[in-house]
Amino acid sequence: MAELTQSIPSTGPRHSGAPRTPSRRRLRATGAGRQQSAGPVAYILLIIATLLSLFPLYWTVVAASRTDTELITPPTPLLPGTHLVDNLKIVWDEVDMTKALVNSTIVASCVALSTVLFATLAGFAFAKLRFRGRNALLTVVVTTMTIPPQLTVIPLYQIVSNIGWVGHIQSVILPSLVAAFGVFFMRQFLSEALPVELVEAARVDGAHSLRIIWHVVFPIARPAMAVLGMLVFVQSWNDFFWPFIALNQQNPTVQVALQGLGSGDHTINHAVVVCGALVATVPLLLVFAVLGKQIVGGITAGAVKS
Amino acid sequence: MATSVRATSDGTPRSSGNAPLSQHGGDPGPPAAGWRVRLFRLDTKASPYVYIAPFFLCFAAFGLFPLIYTGWLSFHEVQLGTHATWVGARNYTELWDNTFFWNALRNTFTLGVISTVPQLLMALGLAHLLNYRMRARGFFRVAILAPYATSIAAATLVFVQIFNPDYGMINQLLGHFGAGHVQWSTSKWPAQIAISAIVTWRWTGYNALIYLAAMQAVPADLYEAAALDGASRWRQFISVTIPSIRPTIFFTIIVSTIGATQLFGEPLMFGGSIGYTGGSAHQYETLSLYMYDKGWQVGELGQASAVAWVMLLILLLIGAVQLLVTRANRRNQGG
Repeated sequence: MAELTQSIPSTGPRHSGAPRTPSRRRLRATGAGRQQSAGPVAYILLIIATLLSLFPLYWTVVAASRTDTELITPPTPLLPGTHLVDNLKIVWDEVDMTKALVNSTIVASCVALSTVLFATLAGFAFAKLRFRGRNALLTVVVTTMTIPPQLTVIPLYQIVSNIGWVGHIQSVILPSLVAAFGVFFMRQFLSEALPVELVEAARVDGAHSLRIIWHVVFPIARPAMAVLGMLVFVQSWNDFFWPFIALNQQNPTVQVALQGLGSGDHTINHAVVVCGALVATVPLLLVFAVLGKQIVGGITAGAVKS
Repeated sequence: MATSVRATSDGTPRSSGNAPLSQHGGDPGPPAAGWRVRLFRLDTKASPYVYIAPFFLCFAAFGLFPLIYTGWLSFHEVQLGTHATWVGARNYTELWDNTFFWNALRNTFTLGVISTVPQLLMALGLAHLLNYRMRARGFFRVAILAPYATSIAAATLVFVQIFNPDYGMINQLLGHFGAGHVQWSTSKWPAQIAISAIVTWRWTGYNALIYLAAMQAVPADLYEAAALDGASRWRQFISVTIPSIRPTIFFTIIVSTIGATQLFGEPLMFGGSIGYTGGSAHQYETLSLYMYDKGWQVGELGQASAVAWVMLLILLLIGAVQLLVTRANRRNQGG
């Protein structure tokens, strides 16, 4: 779903923007000036929304640091306890969390790197190069975003199990090497950010296309590549459906390990389960804490650049 | 000379490149230069295709081929590792006669509605609020997006605790208001509401940011004119903001619908050890879960493929509606 959602911003305003495009720059300037100040009601509502967004995250920390008994005895604890380390130990006893974290890091890094590389190349071609069938092919790219994984997993699983890759992380990496969303994202960025004169000037100077990619496209695309890399990393880290099918508890990603933790036998330790969820979430929350503004910018950017 | 040829072929590579090529053939320059120019032109002509090739190869191998092969499998009886036997439309007729299939279809629809509609309405409201000039706006934006950083698995495991009927926070809170004990997992509607709460929590902030970006592109004169006409803020929101960002709203609806059609991880993990069946009485079994159950629990890949293709047909239907509405929309705006 995420891949799809990110396509909207640019598709949306493109339709609406048709009559207004000529004066876009002016509009944007005046649009910023017209904003009314928020009243107290707006602040209160936003604070409520913020609390609703953050509370489950905070409570994950609370539950992860309590004992099972504390957790299932009302009233539910609302302040962190002292059992975080004990729970972490049990998480590591029950599932191979080290392997899961390493696997998820490898998978998400490979997928992010390769998506950024291939999406930048394809995005550059779609944004700035002319070739036969360009618009039709771009439409194909956008359309592929709507194909759900459910339609491809059965043959993929057959193939993967025929070549003995079930339970191996390459079966999760390979189908995700480049995503349509990434191509579209880079195309949107480069059609705005990369002046066509720059490419032509490099051409006139006799630079072959790999040199242009390396010395012109990559430097300009770098901020967008960073944002795309983060978005893809988050998506890949959180991906569930295909890893759940292709991997198993002997060699899981973090999400698959979590599923194993949550669907264990009936004498389940709930605090430990939530502790596992915390372990899976903390790496991404750290990324968000450091780079949150850039991620917000990356998600909203497409809507302005159409 | 060579430079000018390059420039021409660069500027209009879509026009047949033969003319400059033959022109170049008469060029008395050294043969090495001719070879280089030809290589250069090959470079400019072929490189776009080289750049887009990785995506299309990957899509052909892991998207298009499996998609079509799934359709082929849906007309066969096949288990993992066995040869497929042609059974015609039997997998589809069996689905038609199967109450669990219709149950899953209904659940997918109702879960889709109750997880999408409130989500998008709240996102719209939040975007409107975030569009005001205010303190700490950066903080608010990051905060409402924070749930997006959690995974389906992690979020669901935490919400399972919050919604636990016996000791969960929600029932305790309801108890304070004198409301009864809600069976969030065994009763159909409460369970579906709990699952859609997970979806809503994870995606509202994300959609709000997308709406916010669209709202910031709405021209100021529209608001000024509305204000001159004495329109209240609420009136401006309804008559200026909403119509201006209608395409974005429309696309988020489509995208959320597509996402809702594939709902899998949330109901699976919400059910814990009985998640495969979508609850003790299949009360939140979605099409995706049903497909997984058929394919990986029962082991009938042909039937699972038929479920997958039903999902494709549903998505095509949604796509067709999207197309029609977009066209109607454009006609209205044009007229």
